[in-house]
Amino acid sequence: MISGERIAKTMYDIKEYYEAESVENAIALRLAHPAADIIAGGSDVLIQMREGKRAGHELISIFMLDELRGVSMDDDGAIRIGSLTSFSHITADPLIREHLAVLGEAADMVGGPQIRNIGTIGGNTCNGVTSAESSSTLHAYDAVIELAGPGGVRRLPIHDFYLGPGRVDIREGEIQTAVIIPRESWEDTEGYYYKYAMRNALDIATTGCSVNVRLTADKKNIDRLRIAYGVAAPVPVRAPHAEQAAQGSPVSMETVEKTAMSALEDISPRDSWRASKALRQHIAVELARRCTIEALRRCGADI
Amino acid sequence: MDTQYKLLKFNLNGRDVSCMTDVRLSLLDLLRDEFGLTSVKKGCEVGECGACTVLINGEAYDSCIYLAVWAEGKSVLTLEGLTGPDGELSDIQKAFAEETAVQCGFCTPGFILSAWELLSTGKEYSDDELRKLLSGHLCRCTGYENILRAVKKTMYERLGKDTGNINIT
Repeated sequence: MISGERIAKTMYDIKEYYEAESVENAIALRLAHPAADIIAGGSDVLIQMREGKRAGHELISIFMLDELRGVSMDDDGAIRIGSLTSFSHITADPLIREHLAVLGEAADMVGGPQIRNIGTIGGNTCNGVTSAESSSTLHAYDAVIELAGPGGVRRLPIHDFYLGPGRVDIREGEIQTAVIIPRESWEDTEGYYYKYAMRNALDIATTGCSVNVRLTADKKNIDRLRIAYGVAAPVPVRAPHAEQAAQGSPVSMETVEKTAMSALEDISPRDSWRASKALRQHIAVELARRCTIEALRRCGADI
Repeated sequence: MDTQYKLLKFNLNGRDVSCMTDVRLSLLDLLRDEFGLTSVKKGCEVGECGACTVLINGEAYDSCIYLAVWAEGKSVLTLEGLTGPDGELSDIQKAFAEETAVQCGFCTPGFILSAWELLSTGKEYSDDELRKLLSGHLCRCTGYENILRAVKKTMYERLGKDTGNINIT
């Protein structure tokens, strides 16, 4: 057995480690140890620990809770994604491929294959960061976040779940249990997500844009268009001006242009080492253009 | 804290094993130091380089950011598990040697295990798909070309296809 002293330098600086055996147990642990961080797949928490940000923290691990893994359809047709479902499993899931392909595609862009096997959608959303690969698409699909806590089950729209950069609405004793996309949100709707990044793999989005469209029955007009951005504001945001511009409009390049340009009114990107504000704004418009065209085509529109 | 230990039982390279482990240990440290499986390399320790890749229940993971205790009840495969009882190399290992896909060799075990996972699907992948499936690994020596050739060659062999042209486009 390896003793602590021998390789103390390379072990994770975990103050106390608690392994939850069930959702109920996780809630009890959360109440008993309110200062402890939750760890799911660990691809954020362990790296932050290694870098010092979470060094010396207590951890409550929910990694072994298989009951939180998997994608299913509720009786009312909502798609339910267990919070511990890994990105790779989301991409491969038949329900996702049939009804929510754009989410599977977004999940397939996270990091690299190994990260996609360990990273979970719950961890991705609970980080509260604007760059989370899954979150722009989830925002564009009006996803609902489900949490379990001492008071029972709580559900809230993902827009309300994100409180600010790095902060989400998880309360005392709670853990996230599922991400739910209502039937009305995914039915007759096709989407497209574009991750603009410096590298093709192992990189974070410089800007991400997710568009989904529902056409009228004759495929000539836009019945509903939703567009959300990652890394264009402190939290993932929808672009209501762009959505307004597209609503009810005919399927045409003019509509695409109008929609894309209107998006500028909704985003507030910043200058950073990755890209300047001017570049991000330019990219935001171009991505809106490309994603809208692609989403329209996926709906069978002639454009 | 008082050091916390856990009794860990899992299947390692085909054998059921058990050991006591410090809960703070990564699977990487456990495999190298407890079990002497030094094919699993310690590169970046932050899940970016892929040198520490192992297969767990057939899926590739960076063992540096995988806690040892999470291996409970699972099946772990390292490069040592691909070698036959008399030291025979697997087809993918031979291909790496034949295609000069190895220079310093540090990235090699990780690459081979990811290749093992993708080859196990039995699908035929395009060059771009192969690039993406192997994108979780960094190599400082080879420029990746020969590594892709070796994987492509093995894929073709297993599919019964002619391996005359395995050039990467």
